[in-house]
Parts: sequence; C-alpha cells; structure tokens
Amino acid sequence: MKNARPAIYGLLAEFERPEELLAAAHRAHAAGYRRMDAYTPLPVEGLAEALGFRHTRIPLVVLLGGLAGCLGGFALQYWVSAIDYPLNVGGRPLNSWPAFIPVTFELTVLGAALAGVLGLLALNRLPMPYHPVFNVPRFELATRNRFFLCIEAADLGFHREGTRRFLEGLNARGVYDVEH
Amino acid sequence: MAPDGPDRTAELEAAPPIIGPGYTYASITDKISALVLTQPTPRWWYVGFGVAFLLVLLLLYATAYLLTAGIGIWGVNIPVAWGFAIVNFVWWIGIGHAGTLISAILLLLRQAWRQSINRFAEAMTLFAVACAGLFPLLHLGRPWYFYWLLPYPSTMGIWPQFRSPLVWDVFAVQTYFTVSLLFWYVGLIPDLATLRDRARRRLPRFVYGALAMGWRGSAIHWHRYEMTYLLLAGLATPLVVSVHTVVSFDFAISLLPGWHSTIFPPYFVAGAIYSGFAMVMTLVIPLRALYGLEDFITMRHLRNMALIMLATGLIVAYGYLMETFMGWYSGNLHERFVLLNRAFGPYGSLFWLLLLFNVLVPQALWVARVRASVPALFLISLSVNVGMWLERFVIVVVSLHRDFLPSAWGMYAPTRWDWATLVGSVGLFLALMFLFVRFLPMISIFEMRAILPKAEAGGGA
Repeated sequence: MKNARPAIYGLLAEFERPEELLAAAHRAHAAGYRRMDAYTPLPVEGLAEALGFRHTRIPLVVLLGGLAGCLGGFALQYWVSAIDYPLNVGGRPLNSWPAFIPVTFELTVLGAALAGVLGLLALNRLPMPYHPVFNVPRFELATRNRFFLCIEAADLGFHREGTRRFLEGLNARGVYDVEH
Repeated sequence: MAPDGPDRTAELEAAPPIIGPGYTYASITDKISALVLTQPTPRWWYVGFGVAFLLVLLLLYATAYLLTAGIGIWGVNIPVAWGFAIVNFVWWIGIGHAGTLISAILLLLRQAWRQSINRFAEAMTLFAVACAGLFPLLHLGRPWYFYWLLPYPSTMGIWPQFRSPLVWDVFAVQTYFTVSLLFWYVGLIPDLATLRDRARRRLPRFVYGALAMGWRGSAIHWHRYEMTYLLLAGLATPLVVSVHTVVSFDFAISLLPGWHSTIFPPYFVAGAIYSGFAMVMTLVIPLRALYGLEDFITMRHLRNMALIMLATGLIVAYGYLMETFMGWYSGNLHERFVLLNRAFGPYGSLFWLLLLFNVLVPQALWVARVRASVPALFLISLSVNVGMWLERFVIVVVSLHRDFLPSAWGMYAPTRWDWATLVGSVGLFLALMFLFVRFLPMISIFEMRAILPKAEAGGGA
C-alpha cells in the first residue's frame, strides 16, 4: 500500500525576523510537525534544534579523515623509506620517524579538511540543482532578508487547510503553496 | 592585546564601530551584491586590470624564455644557487599567511571585526600562494618534471626523500593551497546563492547558480555548515603555523651559517603574518575608497590591523636582535663572520634598508594619530612590504654568497629576467585580485548580516 503523491510539496510561511521564525519553529514542533525545514539568509542559533535536529556527524567525519591522512601519511613514508627503498644514510635508522612528522602532520590536516568539506556537501545533499522550494517566487528573498518555514506535505499531520491556518496563526507575513 | 585596566575602557568604547549605522539585512545584501551584479564596471578597474594583465604577459614571456633557454638566464650560480626565485617564494607565501590568520585564528578568537575583511584576505592568500608556488617550480630547471616531487609508483623505482625539508615543503604548500581553497569556497557558497537569486540576467544566474550548488539556506544545512567552518578554522590554525615553519626548515635544517638557527620557525611565522597584514592594508585602503566601502571596512579595521602589524613587527625585530646576539654569543667564527658580513659586507646597504623599512618606520604605529591617518597607514604598509622582501633577500643571498671557504665566495646579481619574473608575479597577483573584486563578493554578505545590531536588522523591502 503506497500513499499517493501529495498534490503539493508543502506550505511555506514567510517571516520578517529571525526571532519570529524561531518561535514559529518551536510551536510547529510542539504541534507535532516533524517533516519541516526552515530557510534563512544567515545562521540562526537554536533553529536546527527547534526543528528537532540534534547532532551532526560532521565532527566524526573530520576525525576519520584526519586519522586516515595521519596513518596513511606515516605508513607511506615508513614503507617507502624502510621497506621499498631502504637507504642507509650514515647508519641512521631507516624508520627515522621524527623526520616523517611534518609530512604526516600536513596529510592529517589535508585529510581532515577534505573529509570535512566533502562530508558537508554529502550530508547536505549538495549539489542539488532542483528543489521544490525554489518554485515559490518569494523564496529568492531567503538569501536576502526573509526567513521561511516549510511544513512538508509528507508530514503525517499535514492538512492543506489546517496547516495553512496554523501557519497563518504564527504571525507569518504570507503562506504559499510549494509546487513539486 | 586587549588592555584590562579600567582607564582604557573609555577609549575602547569610543573605538570606531565595525559597521556604519543604519544597515539592514536587505540594504547590506543589495550594496555588496550590486558591486558585482549591477554597478557598471568603473573605469579604474579597466585601467588597473589592463596594467596588471600586461605584467602577466611579461611573466609569460619571461617564463617562456626560461623554459627554452634554462635557468642560466637568471643570475643564480654557485655559490648563490637560490636567488630571486626562493626570495620571491618565501615573500609570497608569507603574504598569504594574513588571510588564514584573519579567517581562521580571528574566527576562533571571536573577533567580529574580521567579518568584513576575511573574504578579501582569503582570496589574497590563495593568489599569493599561487604566485609563490610558481617560483620553486620554475627554479626546478626542468619544470615539466615537477611531478617527480610527488610520491607515486614510477617505473624508475625511486621515491622522494622524505627526510628532506624540500619534500616537506611540497606537502606543506600543497596542503596549504588546498585547505585555503576549500575554506574560501565553503565561505563563498551562501553568498553565491545570494548572487544567484539577485542576478537578473541568464548567464550570471546560471554561473552563480552552478557554483552555489543549490544552496537554499536550510537550517539543518546551516547547522552542519557552521560546524564544518569552525572545524576548518581549527585545522587551518596549526596549518598556517606549520607552513612557514616548514619553509623556515628549508634554511634552518641546513648547516649554513646564517641559516642554521633554531629561532627561524617562530621568526618566520611572525614575519609572514607581519607582511601579510601589510599586504591586506596595501590592497584594502585603495579599494575601500574606490568602491565607497568605508561603512564596512571602517577605521576600526585599519586600526586593529595596524596594531597587529606593530605587534608582529616587534616579534620580527626581536628575531633580528636574537640572531645578532647569538651570532656574537655563540663564539663561532663563521657565525660571527656572517653577522659582520651581513651588516658591513658588499650587501650591507640592503641590511640597513631592511632595518629602516621593517623596524624603524613601523614604530610610527605607536602613535594614535598615525593609526588614524589612512595615507600614513598606506605608506607604512608599503614600507613593510618592501622591508620583508629585503629580509628574505638578506637571508637567502647574503648567507649563501660567503660561506666557509673564501675560495668559494661569489657575488650574486639579478638579471633583467629575475626582475621580469618578480614584477610579472606581482602582475599576476593583482590581475587575479582585480578579477576577484569584479566577479565575486569581496565582503562576506552572510557574515555581515550576522554582525548587524539585532534591533535594526530586519524589516525593509
């Protein structure tokens, strides 16, 4: 049994100020809405938490990238210098680890930074050339001075008229249908 | 640098603001994006870019001749095998360091005044590192074999020597360039989305849209974004210190008197930040006047940068003092000779000029009136740019030209091709900067929105 595709993607409410959006997000979450997202021109503290988003895996991704760079970098130098091409320089140890630290450090940073940026893009599902919210003409202000809350039709509690009335009751400056 | 005493509180409160009054989210967005999207390109831009582009052509010409004739066209020879190429390399890479300092270290220190200059400084870093990278590559002699520096399984069955600081340098500079590029691009994504939504013509809309990758300002995306940005800043901070440390190892790990010194890493890092801030000042002062950005890049920014220059300049001066002291105190014949030769040898005049430009002139920054005078700051920043270049010349050339055996001494003089490459690299740097201010937002729009006073920010059409 598969649900029919909802007629619209969701409803988008426009706010003038970040505090209004934050309050609206809290009330929407309290009213039981879960499939929703907010769109803002600048980071708003506490907004992701208000939408029910608790923690991000970015730090773990960065740690793993850094560890991979660190261990891979050292292993490369060890293998090259001690196993594949051992070169006896004045009887010094082949595994001259202090000399391997600069490159190991640089590759740790490189691995962590690459993992961080690629992880950010992957978790945010970017690049994403098309998204339904862009169908609302007013949405271009989401990168200028307006703050939006979108409750998606896929939410179990979504009701086209009821949700619209709910959003209008939150002091929204306007509520728009989001086409697919 | 913040003073604690109550007597200074009044002065701090009276400090100029970091942004002019009366801006809203809307007006700040419109003003910065208009520079790129709607304002006609000013005439000085064409003139400036044209001159810079001619210098790029000079660089290409000099490089083409270098590739056909070999590095014999430069003044380098034994004993001075590292001439202008390495001087310029160290100079450029040092200039880059201020960008990372502003974007990463000041972010970690929660310095809100960085917001209006970080994008610009990061671009400067990127272009300076690109210019820096040219020089060791051209200096290789056979630059088309540059990939021999990288560890890859080759049919020759050999590998780079990982115990050599020159190989460390390859990794440090490549990592630095890559991380700077990532940091810069991640910072640009929300602003590229702003430009996509503000652009009215198809082509800019498409290009900015493609570069913004569909950024829509989702709260959850912002949450991950801020975390990533913070972690990148945390990674870039030790990285920037490591890069000039590794550059200084190119000298300090050797046994040459004048190079073999444990003070080199901290002294190089301080010098890098010093010269980088000088370059930011040199570029920002004309730009804020030409584009009318005095509300965003205020006297507060110039004053703070001047104070950082003063502080790092003093660290550099301490480095000179300690080098001199240790040269005497070590009792080592060769060290003492290097010292005397540096000040009174054939290149002695350059050493005294270096002290004038790098140590004496910047002391004017102690005076509050000088810090409040834009022309004075501009002249001091130029003085430091020249001084830091001379410092690298003194370190590289003067140490090499007379080492242990008088029979192996020699003199170095740059040829016209050395000069052409140096001037050409300045042209490349400026040309890239001109393109940057024309096509990308030179001030981070979303970070400026975030520093607006809360009460006034909303509203507006």
